[in-house]
Amino acid sequence: MSETPPEIADIMRVSSHREVYEPCDDSFALVDALLTDQTNLINHKPNICMEIGCGSGYVITSLILLLKSKLSNIHYLATDTNPLAAKVTTETLEAHGLKADVICTDIASCLETRLAGLVDVMVVNPPYVPTPEYEVGMEGIASSWAGGENGRSVIDRMLPVVDRLLSEKGWFYLVTLSCNYPSEICLMMRKRGFAWRILVQRSTEEENLIILKFWRDGEEVERLEEETISDEFSRSLSLFMRKQ
Amino acid sequence: MRLITHNMLSCNIKGVTNGFPLKIEAEKVIEKEVDFNPDFLKHMFAKIEWKALVEAARAMGYGELPEDSPDVAVIESADETFLKKLHHALLEIHLEEGALVCPETGRKFPVNKGIPNMLLHEDEV
Ligand SMILES: C[S@@+](CC[C@H](N)C(=O)[O-])C[C@H]1O[C@@H](n2cnc3c(N)ncnc32)[C@H](O)[C@@H]1O
Repeated sequence: MSETPPEIADIMRVSSHREVYEPCDDSFALVDALLTDQTNLINHKPNICMEIGCGSGYVITSLILLLKSKLSNIHYLATDTNPLAAKVTTETLEAHGLKADVICTDIASCLETRLAGLVDVMVVNPPYVPTPEYEVGMEGIASSWAGGENGRSVIDRMLPVVDRLLSEKGWFYLVTLSCNYPSEICLMMRKRGFAWRILVQRSTEEENLIILKFWRDGEEVERLEEETISDEFSRSLSLFMRKQ
Repeated sequence: MRLITHNMLSCNIKGVTNGFPLKIEAEKVIEKEVDFNPDFLKHMFAKIEWKALVEAARAMGYGELPEDSPDVAVIESADETFLKKLHHALLEIHLEEGALVCPETGRKFPVNKGIPNMLLHEDEV
């Protein structure tokens, strides 16, 4: 198909630290989703792209590499609550000869006012593992996976922020597990005027990963039955799995 | 961190109403050339708080930006002198070491290896 191999981060050049999440199946699935959508992303001509929870920097580095040859001067931002992750991300970027502005903050709290409505592409691989609530946001590596009840504590806090930051044409890529009740996430986003699509579904030994893409579809949603979305979701999921 | 990002940052300590712009205390500034893209600059110009950018650039040792925000004619003109300056200020100077100071409370957020640490203490959220 394409003459050149896909340009994504080189795992050998990804920096690491024992307190920072290493690229794993979820990270790879997210980058695969971005690869599937590469042509659309290029035609989308984003001005500002952002990752929340950048960890090792594997995903943001891949996103930059994916778009770099076709689009110049996109502004890239990445955040993480873990200062070591922020540092490792800048090292990973540097090892690929790239630069992005990395900020240590909770979700995007110091950017919410001024960056509202400006982000054209948002990518998030959140802490999604169901855990006791007290493990959420603890210091160190646990905060990279601990997601509280149904793994949704951090995700549910992120959704309104993402809505606020995304531009009119903004796209949002999100990693979820089937035990996060992704159809509920779709419903919450639907109520905010977003449409959704499954980009990647992958079952590993431990988890069933689903990568979702959201975009504003301009429709005001008045009444929404939970069952409708839930049915829609199961239908697209089984359709999707049949295609694979 | 570059000034395009600085222009989007505010201090969000609970109760703070004027957390923007953060004052820059620069200890180490580096410059790195990037490709010039007028369209991107024109797009971003509309979102930039001019005064904040001028002051931030000055704190980083770059004093070439005009005090008052130029009008659209200057942005659209064929003469790219202004856009080149804007390009340099927004995208080519990096704050590597130093601090960002909240204009209302004086709270300092450290910047190390180019990364601003904007995490809040428990009593600030
Ligand atoms: C599952 S890891 C993903 C890391 C990387 N993006 C990847 O895909 O390999 C989740 C990341 O989110 C960060 N994180 C957790 N809670 C956060 C929050 N409230 N705000 C910002 N980042 C957070 C963690 O520190 C961790 O680096």
